[in-house]
Amino acid sequence: MKSVEELLAIKNKVKGQMNVRSENGEDNIRVLVGMATCGIAAGARPVLNALVEEVAKRNLSNVYIAQTGCIGVCQYEPIVEIVEPGKEKVTYCKMTPEKAIRVVTDHIVNGKPVAEYTIGAVAK
Amino acid sequence: MYRAHVLVCGGTGCTSSHSPEIIDALNEELKAKGLENEVQVVRTGCFGLCSNGPIMIVYPEGCFYSQVKVEDVPEIVEEHLLKGRIVKRLLYSETLTQEEIKPLNQTNFYKKQRRVALRNCGVIDPENIEEYIAVDGYQALAKCLTELTPEDVIKIVSDSGLRGRGGGGFPTGRKWSFTAANKADQKYVVCNADEGDPGAFMDRSVLEGDPHCIIEAMAICGYATGATEGYVYVRAEYPIAVKRLEKAIEDAKAYGLLGKNIFDSGFDFDLHVRLGAGAFVCGEETALMTSIEGNRGEPRPRPPYPAVSGLFAKPTTENNVETFANIPQIVLNGPEFFNTIGTETSKGTKVFALGGKINNTGLVEIPMGTTLREIVEDIGGGIPNGRKFKAAQTGGPSGGCIPEKFLDTPMDYDSLLKIGAMVGSGGLIIMDDTSCMVDIAKFFLKFTVDESCGKCTPCRVGTRRLLEILEKITDGKGTMEDLDTMEALCYYIKDNSLCGLGQTAPNPVLSSYRHFKEEYIAHVRDKKCPAGVCKNLVQITIDPEKCKGCSACSRKCPVGAISGKIKEPFVIDQSKCIKCGVCIETCRFDAISRK
Ligand SMILES: Cc1cc2nc3c(=O)[nH]c(=O)nc-3n(C[C@H](O)[C@H](O)[C@H](O)COP(=O)(O)O)c2cc1C
Ligand code: SF4
Ligand code: SF4
Ligand code: SF4
Ligand code: FES
Repeated sequence: MKSVEELLAIKNKVKGQMNVRSENGEDNIRVLVGMATCGIAAGARPVLNALVEEVAKRNLSNVYIAQTGCIGVCQYEPIVEIVEPGKEKVTYCKMTPEKAIRVVTDHIVNGKPVAEYTIGAVAK
Repeated sequence: MYRAHVLVCGGTGCTSSHSPEIIDALNEELKAKGLENEVQVVRTGCFGLCSNGPIMIVYPEGCFYSQVKVEDVPEIVEEHLLKGRIVKRLLYSETLTQEEIKPLNQTNFYKKQRRVALRNCGVIDPENIEEYIAVDGYQALAKCLTELTPEDVIKIVSDSGLRGRGGGGFPTGRKWSFTAANKADQKYVVCNADEGDPGAFMDRSVLEGDPHCIIEAMAICGYATGATEGYVYVRAEYPIAVKRLEKAIEDAKAYGLLGKNIFDSGFDFDLHVRLGAGAFVCGEETALMTSIEGNRGEPRPRPPYPAVSGLFAKPTTENNVETFANIPQIVLNGPEFFNTIGTETSKGTKVFALGGKINNTGLVEIPMGTTLREIVEDIGGGIPNGRKFKAAQTGGPSGGCIPEKFLDTPMDYDSLLKIGAMVGSGGLIIMDDTSCMVDIAKFFLKFTVDESCGKCTPCRVGTRRLLEILEKITDGKGTMEDLDTMEALCYYIKDNSLCGLGQTAPNPVLSSYRHFKEEYIAHVRDKKCPAGVCKNLVQITIDPEKCKGCSACSRKCPVGAISGKIKEPFVIDQSKCIKCGVCIETCRFDAISRK
């Protein structure tokens, strides 16, 4: 180790991977992926993994991704819910890994929910 | 990239309750389900709640599973990791509330704790240097080497108010400045990980859970005092700690964080591990250094102090593991971070190994000045079986007891000294009303008699005489004069012994005599042991009113001391009875008692 920069480079690389371990704070954005049998069958796992990847890549330490059970609208799985403090919950449905990445960039990073993926739009 | 992390405790406690098998089973099960690239399994150090081990914590949810068995693993993988359904029956009961899962740091056990020395234990993988770096590891060393002079570092440590955690409580900054002031061609840093106090295991836990922080702290000490070489003296009974420390040293060398020209600063530092055979006296600093030099671990007279002539007769700084564990945080965050925790003369936190008659046994780190009551009632969850708190022993065989009337005493150096106890190295044993204080004093004294190195007479012979007096008292043969002799002998041993072992050996006797004089007198004058512990002073008797004459007890008695006619009251032959207590447990009618 010849420089502090080298040390910080390792720190930043590994820190992102360890964010998962932080206790979730009050002001965190929570991303919930429906992972009951119906969700898994419909392809929820690739969606979940894409979300994890993207959030880590962008080092979004305030985002907490978790699995949840079935929310009772199985025909719309895979379902992803975004819960932001002080805002109404947004529910996305029929998700794919590609759609998930857009939700991260548009909704979580830029604060603009992707209207066409929401349950309201798809159910029409 | 892993979406979930499963942390499994790999501390000594959980390892002995099969956490390695749990880790193997987890890895296998994850593979079988194709989850091995989504879920990471991490073996950590001790979480502190060892009595509830094996401990597992699953992130991102932060679910705290306790007493996990190998058989539970498939369910955890299938339900929690695959389907996202928390396995409620395995949750540490207090975290399972109606609405949601309570985070661990809001449970009674953790709520009042403040983790500085133990901050990474149970958080990172101690065998992965990069995880340590990710939680700011080696940044304090980098700061010292690239921004601070040795004098600056000593000033920060002095200003923090840190005092030695090995038992003595000597100001660490001042100790470092002594070594720094001495000119020599070679100086050393020594870390004392001998941890001889029976019942204490905080140093072990730090080495097992966060070995790099000790390496970093020792290198910082080396820079501050002008030493380029260090030794960690660990007891050989700590194999996991030794293995992780050795791995950590190897990795630190590979990353250039130990060795030559660290951070291109011109500073060199190298580290060695030495194993101690586990003699208590080898924890005494001069004996420890003699032992590292390859000689029989006997203390030598001070002065000269180690700062002048220590290891290999060179200026040496010797500190305890927990003392070192605080250093990186202090350097990184500044002295105020530390000196705003604690009391006027005792800054920062202290780790205690909580044991004995208490519901939550384990490791607790609390701000100095937390009261004993908070530790016992809140963190420790009270005394089991509805029993009553009687006393707490701090400092093990060198320490003293704290009786119930001092439950509200703040745990800090000066408050405890004032009542004849001490902070000590951190053993904290809770006793309830079934403990006999004379017997406890005898237990600790027996330990020191066995461990006395024999070099000086007051300790070698004196402690033995003292033990004989205590044995006489607990046998019911003591006289009131014996009590006076006992007290005088205590002071004689304290004043005339060569090293700390002898100088502190009488403490458990003196402090229990001070706070529980009436209990000593009951043994001597009334030939009674109020707690019912000293076998020669208790009688096991059958109450003829309650006895139904069922003969169950007489069939269980190992020495055939009970006889009687069926359906008539049975009697115990006191000359045969060995007071084993088996009959008491056997009788369904509660007819037998110990008095
Ligand atoms: C008999 C005896 C045993 C000791 N055992 C230990 C021990 O196991 N660990 C320890 O750190 N200090 C032990 N000490 C205290 C050391 O001599 C020394 O004061 C201490 O390690 C200094 O480090 P500190 O200033 O960081 O506390 C012992 C002292 C005596 C007299
Ligand atoms: S006080 Fe005891 S342990 Fe210390 S040198 Fe004397 S005999 Fe040895
Ligand atoms: S205490 Fe033990 S030895 Fe004594 S009478 Fe009962 S069973 Fe027998
Ligand atoms: S077991 Fe109890 S009731 Fe039965 S003989 Fe013994 S003392 Fe009496
Ligand atoms: S060893 Fe596992 S919690 Fe202490």
